[in-house]
Amino acid sequence: MTSRLSLFAGAVFALASSLATPANAQDVAITGATVALGDGSDPVENATVVVRGGRVTAAGSGVSVPAGMQAIDGTGMWVTPGLFASMTHLGLVDVDAVDESNDVYATGSPFGAALDVSPVINPMAQDFAYSRAGGVTRATVTPNAGSTIFAGQGALIDLGADYDAVRRPRAFQYVELGEGGARLAGGSRTSSHALFRNALREASAYGEDAELVGRSETRDMRTYDDLRIDPRLTGRAERDTDVLLSRFDAAALVPVVTGEQKLYIGVERASDILSAIALKDEFPRLDIVIVGAAEGWMVADRIAAAGVPVIAAGLRDLPVSFEQLAATQSNVGRMRDAGVEVAIGLYDSSGDHPRGLPQQAGNLVGLSRVPGATGLTWGEAFAAISSVPAHIAGLGETGGTLTPGALGDLVVWDGDPLETSSAPVRVFIDGVEQPLDNHQTRLRERYRTLDESQLPRGYEW
Amino acid sequence: MTRRSAGIGLLPALAALPLALAGCATAGGEERPAANRPAAAETAQVPYASTYTRYPGVPTALVGATVYDGAGGRIDNGIVLFADGEVVGIGGADLAVPAGYTRIDGTGKFVTPGVIDVHSHLGDYPTPSVDAHADGNEATDPTTPEVWAEHSVWPQDPGFARALANGGVTSLQILPGSANLMGGRSVTVKNVPSRTVQGMKFPGAPYSLKMACGENPKRVYGSRGRMPSTRMGNFAVNRETWIEAREYADGDREDRDLAMETLAGVLDGDILIQNHCYRADEMALVMDMAREFGYRVTAFHHAVESYKIADLLRDNGVCSAVWADWYGFKMEAYDAIPENAALIHNAGACVVIHSDDENGIQRLNQEAAKAQADGRRMGIDIPDEQVISWFTLNAARAMGIDEMTGSLQPGKMADVVLWNGDPLSVYTRPEMVWIDGALMYDYNDPRRRPISDFELGQPGAGDVK
Repeated sequence: MTSRLSLFAGAVFALASSLATPANAQDVAITGATVALGDGSDPVENATVVVRGGRVTAAGSGVSVPAGMQAIDGTGMWVTPGLFASMTHLGLVDVDAVDESNDVYATGSPFGAALDVSPVINPMAQDFAYSRAGGVTRATVTPNAGSTIFAGQGALIDLGADYDAVRRPRAFQYVELGEGGARLAGGSRTSSHALFRNALREASAYGEDAELVGRSETRDMRTYDDLRIDPRLTGRAERDTDVLLSRFDAAALVPVVTGEQKLYIGVERASDILSAIALKDEFPRLDIVIVGAAEGWMVADRIAAAGVPVIAAGLRDLPVSFEQLAATQSNVGRMRDAGVEVAIGLYDSSGDHPRGLPQQAGNLVGLSRVPGATGLTWGEAFAAISSVPAHIAGLGETGGTLTPGALGDLVVWDGDPLETSSAPVRVFIDGVEQPLDNHQTRLRERYRTLDESQLPRGYEW
Repeated sequence: MTRRSAGIGLLPALAALPLALAGCATAGGEERPAANRPAAAETAQVPYASTYTRYPGVPTALVGATVYDGAGGRIDNGIVLFADGEVVGIGGADLAVPAGYTRIDGTGKFVTPGVIDVHSHLGDYPTPSVDAHADGNEATDPTTPEVWAEHSVWPQDPGFARALANGGVTSLQILPGSANLMGGRSVTVKNVPSRTVQGMKFPGAPYSLKMACGENPKRVYGSRGRMPSTRMGNFAVNRETWIEAREYADGDREDRDLAMETLAGVLDGDILIQNHCYRADEMALVMDMAREFGYRVTAFHHAVESYKIADLLRDNGVCSAVWADWYGFKMEAYDAIPENAALIHNAGACVVIHSDDENGIQRLNQEAAKAQADGRRMGIDIPDEQVISWFTLNAARAMGIDEMTGSLQPGKMADVVLWNGDPLSVYTRPEMVWIDGALMYDYNDPRRRPISDFELGQPGAGDVK
């Protein structure tokens, strides 16, 4: 059993070896830690977690370390599943205000639904490394709506320090149907709803059109468990009239209409949420996720009855817009209490980053102690940034938990992970230990002292 | 500076008494005393003068809590006494509670001075954030020292109440935005609901001039094909303006020039400088420019690279108003590191945690806690009682109101927060907040929570936010 001292030494080693290729998945056990399973249950003290072959094999109190497996002493530490960050821009941008580095918006693009983030995600972007150091191990990445109400197709990624970030390309389509969508649709929500219906009907017809003019190529594109790319997107196909929807966008929406691809709908206002849910009456196979839902608590029972999951910000409490007049920090808790599957996600200011999710979740625990407010229990709060968003993103029961068979994504923290004073000490993805250093940690070391009497700081690296 | 005397000690209060009686603002049948009202003569001279007077309070004893005084002191099982709008005493369990004081049991809880945000745009960029509300940047000329933020502030901004209830914010400085090299005058307010901005204005608070270096001014004006379009352009316009200001200040000042009046106030030392500036190299140049023209920078705001020149900032006595961990959103924020505050503090320079954000202002305590923890992990251990000063006394100092508020010291304004736990924990909320000794928020009393006119009758009005 290694000492706690060497646990820290391990972290230091990881800092020093950022450029090294990650080792293969290692079998590892962590003992004596406070363990949060991520499934909504309360944390368990003095528990053990075992990972073999990149998967969790056991976690809890009374779990013994398999013979011959090296164990890390987690005394005083917390162990949790990795955080799951929903709706991020990880790998799409280096600096938001530097347009050349920013692939989040495509305001001048002729395409909307056809846009696909998977080929452009850059796992070497600093935000990746910062988020990883903050305990984020998996995420969804999505563009923002730029030229049409359809933002395009988001991907499911892991944050491992390698080039194989994209685990499921085209995991979902994202459409804006609130105030933002109304502006993009020409100025009103009526237009965005008309555009939406037209697009889905065009896609529906396009999907059923077996007699395409032109040559279609059917070579296999790179796949994991993702959707097959419609061959008409990779080959040439002609239509007589493309009036309101390009064939690329129409083809991209076919799996949305058929329910093969999730449709994330951005709406905030209670009435907009209901209109979004009602779309299932017209397009019964839509597999909807509501994003935003600042006023979700007002119609929580109806969201729950529709079985539609929600990704919401944790701490919105201002009438930032007329579609968020009823925003309250009790939103997530009230939806949760009504039976809605709610993940905490979204990042509202420059200070919000994926690695700030524990602060949002922790605040909702604090809120539960305010008379009249509705927050979350600790277990619910942690689940809302681990297993719930993982489940919404399509990871089934294998993501965001430490239950047997789950992905070997785990984080060792130096304290309660929801507390602002805590930080990850070690991060594993698929059982592979990850480097935690980055541009920021190198700057910190360079400027630890300001002494330049021998050489300028530029020689300190 | 005479304005600073308002609200401190007994004499100014007595001097102001006749005026207050004449004004006779009442609330709840009780006369609002005038302890913090500026002297009559001063009121006449100052345009848009504060009409704020403190609301009624009862003599109060907070007993048994852990007390952080805001000035680096900590008292376990402490007692804080306040009456007539002022802190009367602070001490340990043996401090005698005078007769007639309402005792509040603070066992297991914490007491701090009211939280102060040195950098807010509440009111001049209020919510809802519609274009019609965008009153924070007079972005029509690179230098607009003639504009005053108070003329933009919408007192009905719902953000004020959120800052009170979730953040324990009792005072804040509202600044013009950073589109301009010289953006205009700030206004410092008490965080009380008011029908007029004058009714919020912090009596005796000095003005500040908001300045900005770096990307924003050159982008805003460069994109219009006019100067400045570069960082060197920024400096040239600034220097030319300061030359003009020096000529004005040295003249008879009889011809009123609103821009020059502000700049002359800076050169006189009456108006502070709050300088939006991210990069270390630019902050160093700005400090040289200040020396060239004979003024002082009080604080650099958003100073994400202060850690690179913490020694220089210490030697020049300039505060850094910073976020805990914002980074990367613009080029000049690319070298932001979460250990910035700790490194500045460790070098002996002044740290203020600021928000520049209607959400962040609700959690300045948590931001400070993050910055403290990041310092601790690199071996810089800053005690909790010193971290508290980052969002209390240091903020007051950077706003020029530290003689009146910012710490729990007898004679200072009774701006006080009772927290339901450790204020540096994410799980903690303000339980009660007093401003000048008046209970303005109580989470156990739904009526002791302001709702702005805008929210009245809207979905969620009166709801816990």
